[in-house]
Amino acid sequence: MKRSSLVGRYALISPAAILIFVFMLLPMLLMALMSWLEAGQFGGVKWGSYTPEAYLKFLFDRDLSDHLVFNTDYLSIFSRSFQLAGITTFLTLLTAFPVAFYIALQTPKHRTWLMLLITIPFWTNLLVRTYAWILLLRNGGLIDSSLHSLGVLNTPINAMYTPIAVQIGLVYAFLPFMVLPIYTSLEKLDWRLLEAAYDLYANRWQTMRRIVIPLAAPGMVAGCILVFVPALGTFFIPELLGGAKTLMIGNLIQQQFGVSRNWPFGAALSFALLAVVLMFMLIYALRFRGKGSLTQ
Amino acid sequence: MINPRNPLWRYPSLGVLMVAFFAFLYVPIIVLIVLSFNQNQTATIWTTFSFDWYKNVLENPNILRAAQNSLIVALVATVVSTVFATMAAVGMAGKAFKAQNAFNGLVGLPLLVPEIVTAVASLLFFLAIGLELGLTTVIIAHVVFCIPFAYLPIRARLEGLDPKLLEAASDLYARPWQAFARVTLPLLLPGIVSGAMLAFITSMDDFVITFFVAGAGATTLPVYIFGMIRTGISPEVNAISTLLFAASLVIVMLSFFISQKK
Repeated sequence: MKRSSLVGRYALISPAAILIFVFMLLPMLLMALMSWLEAGQFGGVKWGSYTPEAYLKFLFDRDLSDHLVFNTDYLSIFSRSFQLAGITTFLTLLTAFPVAFYIALQTPKHRTWLMLLITIPFWTNLLVRTYAWILLLRNGGLIDSSLHSLGVLNTPINAMYTPIAVQIGLVYAFLPFMVLPIYTSLEKLDWRLLEAAYDLYANRWQTMRRIVIPLAAPGMVAGCILVFVPALGTFFIPELLGGAKTLMIGNLIQQQFGVSRNWPFGAALSFALLAVVLMFMLIYALRFRGKGSLTQ
Repeated sequence: MINPRNPLWRYPSLGVLMVAFFAFLYVPIIVLIVLSFNQNQTATIWTTFSFDWYKNVLENPNILRAAQNSLIVALVATVVSTVFATMAAVGMAGKAFKAQNAFNGLVGLPLLVPEIVTAVASLLFFLAIGLELGLTTVIIAHVVFCIPFAYLPIRARLEGLDPKLLEAASDLYARPWQAFARVTLPLLLPGIVSGAMLAFITSMDDFVITFFVAGAGATTLPVYIFGMIRTGISPEVNAISTLLFAASLVIVMLSFFISQKK
């Protein structure tokens, strides 16, 4: 390649690269640094005074005589978040796979329209879609009042501010994220492979298990990451649908910059969340090396 | 291509699942839209049809200011991120070179890092460098996370481009920039338009990052709606949510028909 053209290409790439580097990568490094600083009294940090306090706080409380006491409050918020995000991933996978498979079976014209129907909620504001569930779930809301008028129930359903409400909200929010990548991997499926399997006396279940699912696996894994990562870090879904007993990591982080005013702890929690996500990415990258990446 | 009439490809139970799936996806949205036209104050019981709540929304100066902020941020973020993304996509096309992997990693970053982490990191960074929180910080943050959304469709379009066209242009004595302006750019346009639309929707819809970096004076529509929902549900929220849904719908449909035409 000519030297001048290479310089030109660097020049073309650099504005976008520099922006992301300066305003995304550097801030994350700064966040990592701040998680090791001492918290200021009214928010902020004390520069130059390093302490592992933020990470200790995750597992321990300080009692009156300054001894560390094991405290599972934050640990239980983390495990609840993993549980909710995990169940969300499982349920969306269970629903999205047959849906994507069904769409892949349609004629090209039908497929396009069905995919459009899935894309519309995908691009609709998540806040608005979460709010819509309040209208359905609250006492006196649509589900409550229909159950009452049908005579099925005569007490309020009290569905809002429960883990189940959060779970429904999460599944609803991230379902399209699962369908799209699975469909992308099934779209180009060579159906002759299935015909060959049937010719060899495979039944439907065997064909599904031995042919369709392995071929759809990259899409399913990509979908799981696209659902699990944002579900784990979600903040306004539990904030709006859940109560004080369904806090997730995102809420805990937000509190450190709001009422709790403990920036280093907030930074440490964010960093822990980031570390978990990067670990999943790394596993994905190693497992599916060269089979196309999430962003392409 | 398969013949969908062949019984081999029929899965009757899947049809039922599809109906349930789309009902689950759309019933909440439909309920929201219907209730936004409802006269009743209690927001969930239907009485009669009315445009009152839309009138209230359009007469509320705070909502209008938030909408204006959202539009300013989205327009600036879309233009800047689309221009930079187009440049980057053109720079990335062609023979492989060293920095490509590093750039692929960088551009994927805003998509893969959880929003709340980006939000916290950006907030801490802006405060550390002494930038006052406001529209500027919101715009900077939006440009950054819009770049990948603008970049990916342009890159995909560029990949499908026939390199022989550029060779033909240079055979006909076109200078590189002429070849770019007359050949590459027009062919790239559908990708650029759909990239810009994705960037625009993403910016308009963003809540989490904006919520952290906006400060007091730069409330956008989603941040304002969040505040309204937290103080309790109201028919105005139904109306403004429906308007936001309609805006997304229009942009998705536009980008759909543009991509159908190519």
